[in-house]
Amino acid sequence: MSVSQQFCTFCLDGHVFGTPVPKVQEVIQHQEMTRVPLAPDVVSGLINLRGQIVTAIDLRRRLGLPERAAGQLPMNVVVRTSDGAVSLLVDEIGDVIEVEEDTLEAPPETLQGFAREVVRGVYKLSGRLLLALDIDRVVDLQDLAKSEANGEF
Amino acid sequence: MDEIVKDFLIESRENLDRLDQELVKLESAPSSKDLLASIFRTIHTIKGSCGFLGFSHLEKVAHAGESLLSKLRDGELTLNAEITSGLLAMVDAVRTMLARIQESEQDGEDDYPALIAHLAELQHNGGHGKKAEAQASGAGGDTLSAPDAPISELPAKEANSPDAEVTTPDPSKIGGVLLEKGLVRPEDLAKALELQELGRHKLGEILIEQGTAKPEDVAAAQQTVQTRNPEAAAETIRVGVNLLDRLMNLVGELVLARNQLLQFSNNTQDAGFQTVSQRMNLIATELQEEVMKTRMQPIGNVWNKFPRTVRDLALNCGKDVRLEMEGQNTELDRTIIEAIKDPLTHLVRNCVDHGIEVPEARKQVGKTAGGLVKLRAFHEGGQVNIEITDDGAGLNAERIRQKAIERGLVSAQQAARLSDRDTFNMIFLPGFSTAEKVTKVSGRGVGMDVVKTNVEKIGGTVDVQSTAGKGTTVKVKIPLTLAIIPALMVTSCRERFAIPQVSLLELVRLEANDANKVIEMVHGAPVHRLRGRLLPLVYLARELHLVSSGADSKAMDRPTNIVVVQADGREFGLVVDEITDTEEIVVKPMGKQLKGISAYSGATIMGDGRVALILDILGLAQRAKVISESRESTLAEKERTLRERNDSGVDRQTLLLVECGETGRMAIPLALVARLEEFPASAVEMAGSQEVTQYRGEIIPLLRLSRFLAPQSRDTSPEGSQPPVQVVVYSENGRSVGLIVDRILDIIDDNLVLQNPAERRGIVGSSIIQKRVTDLLDIPTIVREVMPAFEKAPQAKAQEQA
Repeated sequence: MSVSQQFCTFCLDGHVFGTPVPKVQEVIQHQEMTRVPLAPDVVSGLINLRGQIVTAIDLRRRLGLPERAAGQLPMNVVVRTSDGAVSLLVDEIGDVIEVEEDTLEAPPETLQGFAREVVRGVYKLSGRLLLALDIDRVVDLQDLAKSEANGEF
Repeated sequence: MDEIVKDFLIESRENLDRLDQELVKLESAPSSKDLLASIFRTIHTIKGSCGFLGFSHLEKVAHAGESLLSKLRDGELTLNAEITSGLLAMVDAVRTMLARIQESEQDGEDDYPALIAHLAELQHNGGHGKKAEAQASGAGGDTLSAPDAPISELPAKEANSPDAEVTTPDPSKIGGVLLEKGLVRPEDLAKALELQELGRHKLGEILIEQGTAKPEDVAAAQQTVQTRNPEAAAETIRVGVNLLDRLMNLVGELVLARNQLLQFSNNTQDAGFQTVSQRMNLIATELQEEVMKTRMQPIGNVWNKFPRTVRDLALNCGKDVRLEMEGQNTELDRTIIEAIKDPLTHLVRNCVDHGIEVPEARKQVGKTAGGLVKLRAFHEGGQVNIEITDDGAGLNAERIRQKAIERGLVSAQQAARLSDRDTFNMIFLPGFSTAEKVTKVSGRGVGMDVVKTNVEKIGGTVDVQSTAGKGTTVKVKIPLTLAIIPALMVTSCRERFAIPQVSLLELVRLEANDANKVIEMVHGAPVHRLRGRLLPLVYLARELHLVSSGADSKAMDRPTNIVVVQADGREFGLVVDEITDTEEIVVKPMGKQLKGISAYSGATIMGDGRVALILDILGLAQRAKVISESRESTLAEKERTLRERNDSGVDRQTLLLVECGETGRMAIPLALVARLEEFPASAVEMAGSQEVTQYRGEIIPLLRLSRFLAPQSRDTSPEGSQPPVQVVVYSENGRSVGLIVDRILDIIDDNLVLQNPAERRGIVGSSIIQKRVTDLLDIPTIVREVMPAFEKAPQAKAQEQA
């Protein structure tokens, strides 16, 4: 009887993250990227998604996780946001799973830093935890842009 | 809102725009039956649709206008300015009501009694025939039995017979065509037209029925009508702009896929596959062109409104202004059309309000009473040029200078040095207006700078030229489209970047061996001497933090590529690793995440499917501090270069290059040189301690320049030695002196910019001429110093010349 929701999951540094399926436009293989000098670090570059230019954000960097091992190619999770499509670079793509809303818990107090702002909550799955991401918050780089601008001028 | 109402609104609005133009046109050709018929038809269509849709107020207004028009059409009234104004007011009222319908689906409570009464009154003025008056007085009422009943009953047949009762049949209609070709007799045609009014047959059918015209002639005439009225024959549909944009995007994609396919096919031996991909190539190219065309619109779409604007404004200011347009069909991308609409309107209004004088003033200076505003559009060099010319009073450079001083934009000294052209362009500075009085229309000084900003925003330029008393021309240059632009592709640290062609001035390549010599440092800032001027250099890789500062100094063993660009009137050199090619690129927006970076204006997808960034030269310049505070600095900069020029007293001028002993290369302004002579050494004689020679029957003193410049040095050519002497003859006030130099090198034409005013005597300063440091000689001073006796002429005069 409890409300359930489908989540698209992906791995980052051994953690399982997820976002509601309707938010995800598509998942594609690693793409060659064009890097954008002067852009915040978390922006890995631009990819050509069938003629549309999409910004790729390295989710590891965005969440303050350690860098991906050299040679490990990330996957692109293209998400829909209010500003159009944005690609999130993740280590691996997981299954689409059904989660019950009543297994949701607020992120633990000990979760620190930016991760705390973008993790909406934690779903307790059997044997592991699923961290639900606030996608719109993740792709909004305004906090970074400001600090970059301050550094520049 | 009902689809039908929506369609009605769109259609009516287009019709009204056309009405504006036609009414103004009609004013200059009041007897044109074609125009009248067309205007009448338009109003009639609006009226008919209103009745059908139940907008009674709107219908009444349209009806009143229609009644007045019918009088004009029947020749009972002749058009005059008052009637035109009345009709235009009617058009405005209709427009207001349409706007109201758009908002509320109602045509509002206002039924414009005053306007309707005015229109009725106009109908009386000069109107004869009681019947017409009776009808006119009923115009405000509900009577819809206008004298045009036959037409109102036959709206569907308008294309065939709307002006049945017009005495000269419209040559764009079937009857007119037949008559023109002599295939039908006028009386037969008149009879057929009468019959058509009674029945509901097509004119052609009636003529055939009557046996007055042959079926094949009618069919041929039908053809002619269709070619003469392309809009009647061509089928058009309305398509959303979004759809076109999407289509454009998809075609861009297709082109990229095509490029990849071609690369692939070049690597295979399969002839069949190659043929298919070639075919694909051609189709994709053609498709791209056609889709591009769907977004193109003639500039006439914007100009349409101008005849009305000019007319109303001229009337307002008590002026008589004619508008001429040339090149209405010049096509532009619709986004650009949108962007230039307001600036152009402003420029045209300015012409009428400020440019053209009142008729009396014009007559006084021997011009025709009526002024002319001319719009001209044409394609040139991948850009669209729009010129707005008026034959008015022209700009008053003196007044602009004064105004600029008053407003504190320049100092009095600065103003005095500004050339007329620079002065005129000051009208584009914010807060500038020379209008004596602020009118309703313009003169508030918010306009011209906005014009400039808006035009520059879309990569265009504005320039103004003016001749006092003759008129003013504003030239606007804009790109054809914003979606696809030509760009130069460059690489820096293996990353590709596109530089829009509009910012590009020239490319300079410095060979590895020279690079060290010609890139110099001014207090740590790299500069290059480009034709004698210092060009600040910006290293792209450093600016974009692709490498840490200074890391590329080791790259001096490779040639240096400099892309000379300009941003906001300021030139600088962008140093890149490689310059690849120019390409047409499709500009695509970047995500919001990257909007804050001023160095890029967008991104594009290259032939290999990869993304490349488009550099925003202006943003880059600001980043690199090439320009600090954009507008002001430009003026300050201009002022600075002007001062430099003025201090040296020379601008672009012709110089004589000479060599004098150890002191090296010297330059003498050619204007000071009377002649160049060569004398045999024996011709040099002595008069006391002074060397002299005989020259044209005179004895002229000789002066050894090398001895003057470096007195301690020994002469390179001792007196009495064999080689002939090279003499530069300098004349002043009828007296001459010969300057002996070692060698005459060259005569050059150069932009002389004195870099460091020298302290050495006899030298004005140094400049770079032909890439070598050259001293500019101050001949009059030298002569005076060596030979005080030379000066017999009054001091003041001599100095003036100096």
